[in-house]
Amino acid sequence: MTLDEISLTLVYSAMAVYAIAFIAYAIDLARRSAVATQAADAAGSTAAPAASETAVGGAGTTVVAPPKRDAVTVAYGRSPSLRVGVALTVVAWLLHAAATVTRGIAAERVPWANMYEFALTGTLIITSVYLVVLVVSKHDLRFLGTFVTGLVLVLLGVAAVNFYVSVVPLPPALQSAWLVIHVFVATSATGFLALGFALSVVQLLQSRRETLAASAKTVKQNFLATLPDSSTLENLAYRVIIVGFILWTFTLMAGAIWAEAAWGRYWGWDTKEVWTFIIWVVYAGYIHARATRGWRGSRSAWLAIIGFSTVLFNFTVVNLFFKGLHAYSGL
Amino acid sequence: MSQRSDPDALSRPADHIDSVEPAAPDRPTVDGGPGAASVTRPKLGPLGWLRFAWRQLTSMRTALLLLLLLAIAAVPGSLVPQRSSDPNGVTQYFTDNPDLAPVLDRFQLFDVYTSAWFSAVYLLLFLSLIGCVIPRTKHHFEALRARPPWTPARLSRLAGYTERPLVSTDDLDTPSPAASATRSAGEAIDRAAAELKRAGYRVERYDVRGEPSVSAERGYLRETGNLVFHTALLGVLVAVGIGGGFGFSGQRVVVEGQSFVNTLAAYDSFNPGRFFDDTNLDPYRLTLEELDAVYETRNQQAIGQPIDFTARVSVQGQGGAPTDATVKVNEPLRVFGTDVYLLGNGYAPTITVRNPDGDVVFTDSVPFLPQDANLTSIGVVKVPDGLDEQLGMVGFFYPTQTTLGSGAYASSYPDLVYPVLTLNVYQGDLGIDEGTPTSVYTLDPTSMEQLTGGETGVDSIELMPGDTVELPNGLGSVTFEDVSPDAGSDAAADVYSQSVSRFASFDIHDDPSQGWVLAFAVLILAGLLVSLFVPRRRMWVKAARRPDGTVVLEYAGLARGEDPGLEEAVRAFADKHAGKAQDGSAD
Repeated sequence: MTLDEISLTLVYSAMAVYAIAFIAYAIDLARRSAVATQAADAAGSTAAPAASETAVGGAGTTVVAPPKRDAVTVAYGRSPSLRVGVALTVVAWLLHAAATVTRGIAAERVPWANMYEFALTGTLIITSVYLVVLVVSKHDLRFLGTFVTGLVLVLLGVAAVNFYVSVVPLPPALQSAWLVIHVFVATSATGFLALGFALSVVQLLQSRRETLAASAKTVKQNFLATLPDSSTLENLAYRVIIVGFILWTFTLMAGAIWAEAAWGRYWGWDTKEVWTFIIWVVYAGYIHARATRGWRGSRSAWLAIIGFSTVLFNFTVVNLFFKGLHAYSGL
Repeated sequence: MSQRSDPDALSRPADHIDSVEPAAPDRPTVDGGPGAASVTRPKLGPLGWLRFAWRQLTSMRTALLLLLLLAIAAVPGSLVPQRSSDPNGVTQYFTDNPDLAPVLDRFQLFDVYTSAWFSAVYLLLFLSLIGCVIPRTKHHFEALRARPPWTPARLSRLAGYTERPLVSTDDLDTPSPAASATRSAGEAIDRAAAELKRAGYRVERYDVRGEPSVSAERGYLRETGNLVFHTALLGVLVAVGIGGGFGFSGQRVVVEGQSFVNTLAAYDSFNPGRFFDDTNLDPYRLTLEELDAVYETRNQQAIGQPIDFTARVSVQGQGGAPTDATVKVNEPLRVFGTDVYLLGNGYAPTITVRNPDGDVVFTDSVPFLPQDANLTSIGVVKVPDGLDEQLGMVGFFYPTQTTLGSGAYASSYPDLVYPVLTLNVYQGDLGIDEGTPTSVYTLDPTSMEQLTGGETGVDSIELMPGDTVELPNGLGSVTFEDVSPDAGSDAAADVYSQSVSRFASFDIHDDPSQGWVLAFAVLILAGLLVSLFVPRRRMWVKAARRPDGTVVLEYAGLARGEDPGLEEAVRAFADKHAGKAQDGSAD
């Protein structure tokens, strides 16, 4: 078995573990809905619901009596399936990292020089950012596991099945130190922006639920009751996204410096440059929206979602179908 | 969160989240008339309208809409080929879509980034930016000189409010007696002021109604960074717009052994900037000694893939000695104020044409343009003089010739393993005598008669390096010269590896704005980092006297902009200053 074959085997192993982790996270979300519903029922049946406790499936739950016309929040620990999900994510991450490193050794260079390798490294960074945030953040963001493992699984699967190319030497245009810096920072930015996207989606769902709760008498309970409120989610999303934005700014500048050395001009509105610029402007818009009265909240969340859509568009459609100088997808 | 309206907010646009919300609902709407909702509409004179328009333009909402508009306006340039980056694509688009293309052209869709509408968006955006940055800069300079504001009367309403019992510093174990409370309160506040100052706060002591307090503010760098970021964006625009006009870019194809002198006439194509003066060209001489091309030979997945291109050149300034240098992809040569890039290469077969008497009427290394990855190349030979009629030849060059199943020739490897040149010969009028400029890479056969290849029934002329073949109709002969240094001795196995000259396609640029743009870009990044990560916050410590006569230390903060760590910071400061809270009430 060559190193590259070992790498590919590791990729498929990582995918299998990601798939199981995804299922575990999904079960956890379903459980959250059940717990939230039960808690709401319990709260409704108690005459003076100051605080009632039920234990469901090992996860201690506390119902805080809601003030009238407010969304119920249910405290929720870590269910066994959630623990399994996180543990498997770590296992998958290790396999994934090993796959990426062996690919790099097999190619005798950084493993991000074609579409398959971008996807391999990019998804590894998405998982890494997620795991780091789990350790660093004061809030429990394990619920994002469903999104993260799902996204990584899909991207990795598409890459391994459709984009795989065997190891080939670097064309002269890519033989530059900027390949290491520019592409790595770009993929890192993608990791942060992906997480910001997930948080913004949950923020929108949560905000809709809160609006319903404020206007209607009853709200169907679901997993959202166990998650942070929308403004907390918004602040978390913002903090993840500004890191991504700064990395993206650096990507754009490093790309310009490289373009100057490789193509003789630092900016020439090549299709990839155009989309890098568009992404930058959309996220600049997001940051301004956060500071604009009437735009903070759901509207800025939509911008974060649009922003990440442009990132994905840039990575897939622009790489594959648009003509330009960044034709290094290797396909 | 701890976002609050601040009476002396940072001179932001009226709809900034940090500025004071107008009390009346007659705030002008984005889409139109002033005070759409108000009953009494104020009369606006011309100056009033101007002021109103300016306020609209510099509002956050307008800036945001312009930003989003800019993103949308940039999209078409990636869907339709652009003249600036892909001129051949534009030509092709006109051929493929003869009806649609002129319509798109009318809307400047082939020049999106210099179009009137795209320019309008970004100029308005930058105007809005200027209108926002100038008053903020002014305000910031004032803030930098101002004292931290008066301590608010009720700190308990502010973010992160916490209190600690007043403990005199000399006997930490016992609560201080009431008599010494006043003295130790003053000391505690002094100590708080000193600690805050050490932590980078600007501090000011205030005594309100006998209650000593300290007011502190930090993070002025946040606003500085923000202003630097926005100003540097303007700087980039100006540097690109004006500085770029002083530069030029030119292209020149140079065959091995030949040289090029940096003068206007020597360029194959030349694009001067708006303010470029060609007397600024330094006439240095650049000679291409050799072009080394290395192709993959071992990896079965990548046979023939380029590994390295290196142009070995010598450069000679006016009156100077020649110096050797190399130009590689990604490694431009920066000499005499210009940057020389290696952007392409190919083969330049050396072809000699003799008349029936055996006199040379044409001999030159003719650059052939590569058509595919294995360097199947097409070139044109034009012999205007020396024969009875003008002669044109369209040649195909295959560095490693192979025959496809269809019988057609192709190249199977980009290096010189089995080089073959085929020529289709045309006789007649080349169409170059009228002085109309024609491309050296194309032949217009309209007034010529084809003698070989195609439908003539005569086979194309086929040559390998060193071969000479008679031209049809007794016109003379054509030779494909072998330029190997040891031509004739076929001892070496790779007998053809040096047999055909290569050419390098150089781009030569000068862009004096580059350094400026880079400097502004660095400022943008630095400003961004500072403005997003340095928290701007105020903190107050007050020794408050309770109705029962006891004195407690109150701590509170105020965020100015995003500051997720504020409450934690207030608590940490209180813990440091007066010890951890005894009960959990502070939380």
